[in-house]
Amino acid sequence: MSQTVPLSVPPQPGPWAVELVGIDKRFGPVHANKAVSLRIRAGSIHGLVGENGAGKSTLMSILYGFYQADEGQILVNGAEVRIREPKDAIALGIGMVHQHFMLVEEFTVLENLMLGAEGGALLKDGIKKARAEVERLEKAYRLDVPLDAKVADLNVGIQQRVEILKALYRGAQVLILDEPTAVLSPPEVQDLFRILDALRAQGRTILMITHKLKEIMAITDAVSVLRQGAVVANFQTRDTNEAALAEAMVGRRANPAVRRPGAPAGAPLLTVEDLSVFDERGVERLKRATFRVRAGEIVGVAGVAGNGQSELLEALSGMTPFQRGRVHVNGRDVTPESPMDPAQARRQGIAHVPEDRLRRAVVKPFPAFQNALLGYQDDPAMADGPRLNWKRVAAATARLMEDWDVRPRQPSLRTSLFSGGNQQKLVLGREMERDPNVLLVGQPTRGVDIGAIEFIHRRLLAMRDAGKAILLVSAELEEIMALSDRILVMCDGAITGELAAEDATEGLIGRLMAGITDDIEPNTMERGQRTDAAGGAA
Amino acid sequence: MSASTNTDGLPRWATLALLPAINLFAALVVSSLVILAIGQDPVSALAFMVKGAVGSGTGLSYTLYYATSLIFTGLAVAIANHAGLFNIGGEGQAYVGGLGTGLVCLALSGWPWYAVLPVAVLAGALFGAVWGLVPGYLQAYRGSHIVITTIMFNFLASALMVYLLGGPLIEHGQMAPESREFAESTFLPAVKDIAASLGYRTSTLPLNLSLVLALLCAAGVWFLIWHTRWGFQMRTVGANEAAARYAGINARTTIVIAMAISGALAGLVGINELQGVQHRITLNFQAGMGFTGIAVALMGRGHPVGIVLSSLLFGALYQGGAELSFEYNEISPRLVVVIQGVVILFSGALEHMFRPAMARLLKPKTPATAGQRA
Repeated sequence: MSQTVPLSVPPQPGPWAVELVGIDKRFGPVHANKAVSLRIRAGSIHGLVGENGAGKSTLMSILYGFYQADEGQILVNGAEVRIREPKDAIALGIGMVHQHFMLVEEFTVLENLMLGAEGGALLKDGIKKARAEVERLEKAYRLDVPLDAKVADLNVGIQQRVEILKALYRGAQVLILDEPTAVLSPPEVQDLFRILDALRAQGRTILMITHKLKEIMAITDAVSVLRQGAVVANFQTRDTNEAALAEAMVGRRANPAVRRPGAPAGAPLLTVEDLSVFDERGVERLKRATFRVRAGEIVGVAGVAGNGQSELLEALSGMTPFQRGRVHVNGRDVTPESPMDPAQARRQGIAHVPEDRLRRAVVKPFPAFQNALLGYQDDPAMADGPRLNWKRVAAATARLMEDWDVRPRQPSLRTSLFSGGNQQKLVLGREMERDPNVLLVGQPTRGVDIGAIEFIHRRLLAMRDAGKAILLVSAELEEIMALSDRILVMCDGAITGELAAEDATEGLIGRLMAGITDDIEPNTMERGQRTDAAGGAA
Repeated sequence: MSASTNTDGLPRWATLALLPAINLFAALVVSSLVILAIGQDPVSALAFMVKGAVGSGTGLSYTLYYATSLIFTGLAVAIANHAGLFNIGGEGQAYVGGLGTGLVCLALSGWPWYAVLPVAVLAGALFGAVWGLVPGYLQAYRGSHIVITTIMFNFLASALMVYLLGGPLIEHGQMAPESREFAESTFLPAVKDIAASLGYRTSTLPLNLSLVLALLCAAGVWFLIWHTRWGFQMRTVGANEAAARYAGINARTTIVIAMAISGALAGLVGINELQGVQHRITLNFQAGMGFTGIAVALMGRGHPVGIVLSSLLFGALYQGGAELSFEYNEISPRLVVVIQGVVILFSGALEHMFRPAMARLLKPKTPATAGQRA
C-alpha cells in the first residue's frame, strides 16, 4: 500500500464513486436491508438518513466489509468488487469513521495512525515517513492534531479528527462517517463541516449517516432516506427540506414536539443539596449541585456530554457514591455516611434510565424478557416462591412490547439483535411501567428514530401530567427545550444556570453551556445558584 | 422459544450439537495420526476403546463411575463460569470435600449408609464450599484473581492432605498414607449390592448410588441457574457487572456465594470415590477429576445436560483408554492422556476453530455477492 497519498483525486471513469445494487441482509428474523440500491456521486457529500432499525449502519458496515450481504453487488468506480473484510475496503479506498471511535487510548495519535500501516517491520523508518506524510495531510486539510499526544488525553472533537486522518492516511477516496456529530459541541460541528468542505473540494466522496436533518440541509449535496430496510427516497438536497425528509423517514407528517406546559408543579419530590462527586484521581467531576425537582415537573439538564451530567445521574440513582452533599427523596435523607444503592433507590420510588443503555441498562446476550426483569427480579409477582415464572415474565414483556411498539414483537429474541431505538423503548417501558415517583433519564432518544422519539416524548409528558417528577439529561437541545419546565445548564461539573422554560433561548443556553455566565440576568437564576465556574469552552 | 441465531449466523442446533461433534471428530482424527505414528492401527485401536468403554457391563459401569465424579466437577466449573469466574480449584475443592465426607464416615461407624449419606453429603459440600469460598472472597473483596488463588488452594489442599493422611489420620500400624477403612455399614450400595438385592450376581464394580446424587445435582443446578432469582442475579453478574450494579445486585456477595456453591459441588466427588468405592480416605483420590471437569464444563457449554453428556464422553475415554493400554502393549497409558488432551484442545481452546467454515457452509448459497475485482 503506497504511503504517499495524492492530495486530490484523479478524475473518475464515471460519475459514481460507489454503487450499491440490490443489497439484501438478514440477521435471523430481522430483515435489515431489503434490496437496497444507491448511487453515490463522486466528489459529493451524500447523506443517509433513516429511523433506527432502518438499516443505515448495516448498509455502511457491508460497504466497509464488517458484514457480507446475503445478496447484491457493490461497485466502486464502476467496477464490481468483493469486500470480504475491512482490509479489502481500505484497499479500494473506502475509509470509515465510526460513531464509537476505534482508537487505542493508551497510544499516541501517530501510533494510532500507523496501526496496521506501519510500513515495515522496524518502526524507526516507518515513523519518520509516517510523520512526514501525516503532516502533509494535516496541512492540506487543516486537520491539526497533536501527533505525540496520548489519545486518552484528547477531547472528543480532536479524537474524531484523528479518525478522519487515519482514513485519509490509508488513501481513502470515499469516507463514510457514522453519526459524526453525535458527540460534538456546536463549534466543533462547524469545524467538522469545514474539513468536509475541504475534502469535497479535493474531489473526495463523503457518505454521512446522520439523523440530524438540520445538518443534512447544511452540508450535503444529495440525501437518501431509508425506512425499515428499504430506500424510500433520493433527493438532491437543494430540492428538499427538513419537513419533507422527516415525512419520508416516518411515512407521515411528523410534527416537531411542541411544548405543552403542565399544571403548576407541586411539592418537591427530589431535593439535591451541595452534591459533589470526585473521581478516582480526586478530580471533582460534579461541583456542589443544588436543585429541586417537584411533582408534575420536568427538569431538563442541558450541556455537552462530559460536563458532569453522567456523574449527576449516577450519584442520584445510587450507582456511584458521592462524597459531599445531601439528597432528599421520599422522606429519606441520603448522605455519604448513609448511602443508597440502586436497589434501595428503586424501593424509594426512583427509576433510572441510564445514558449508556448497552452497558448499563441491559444485558446484551439475554433475551428481551429477561432484560425486562432487570432491576425488578425481586418482584414477588413474577415468582412462585423460589422459582421464577418466566412464562409470566414473557407475557408481561409481550404486553410491554405492545404498549411501547417494540419491534420485532418477540420477547425471546436476544436483546442485542434489537435496533437501538427498540432497545431504548424496552428500557423506558420497563422503568416507567413501575410507576416511579421520580424518573431519572439520560439521553432518552439517543439513536432513536423520529417516530419513536415522538412516542417517548408523549409518554414522558404524560408521566409529568400524572404528577411525577422527571430529571431529564440530554445532549439534544431541542429535546430539552421541548420537554422541560425548567432547565439546568451544566458546564465543567457545575450548574451554570437555571432557567424557566419560557425564558430559555438557544443562544442563552449555548452561552451557559460554554460557561459564560456574565450576561445572565440575576433574577433568572434561583438564589445561591450563581457559580464562579468560568469553565473552559466545552 | 424461537430459533434465534447467533450474530455470526449459526443456528442454535449447530452450536449446541454439530460444532461439538465436529470438534470431537477432529480430535479423533488427530489421535489416529498419533496412533499411526507409533505403528498401530488407529481404527482397530479406537474401536477397541469404544468396546472397552461401553461394550460390556463391566466397561459401562466403569465409564459411569468415572462420569459421576466428572459430573460433580463439571457442574462446579460451570456454575462459577456463569458468574463470570474461572474456577480451576476443582481438584483442591474435591480433595478437601472428600476429607469432610471421610471424617463423617469414620466417625459414624455403626450407622447404616442411608443415615450416613445425608451427613456425608453435608460435610463434603461444606468442606468443599469453604475451599471455594475463600478464593471467592479474595476475588470479590480484594480483587485477587480467582485463577491464581484457586490454583494455590489446590496446592494447599495437597499439602494439607499429605500431612493429615501421613499423620493424624493414618491407620495404626500401616505405612501407606491413608485412613483406616470405614465401617462396612457405611458403604454406599454399588452395582454388586443392588444386583444382589434383585437376585443377580455380579463382580465387584465401582459404579454406585452416587450417580443418582450426581444426576440430582445436575437437575438442581439447572433449576438454580435458570429458574431462580438467585440464578438470574448470578448470570447477570457474570455477563455484565455494570448492569448488575444498575439492577441493584450485590456483585460481591453473588461472587462469594457462587464460589461456595461451586466448591460444594466439587466437594461431593468424595461421595463417589470414598463412600462409594475406596471406603477409606486415600491420597489424591480425586485423581485429576477436578481439572478434567473444566474440559467437561467447556464441552458441555456450561449446561447440565451438556455436562452429563460430556462427562459420559470423558468417562468413556478414561475407561476405553485403560482397556486399550491393557490390551495393546505398545500403546502406553500415556497415549490415553494424549487423546484426552487432544479432545480438550479441540473442544476447549480451539472450540471456535471450525465455526467460520461451518457458518459459510450452512448459509444459503447467494447469487454472486460480487464478481471478481476488475
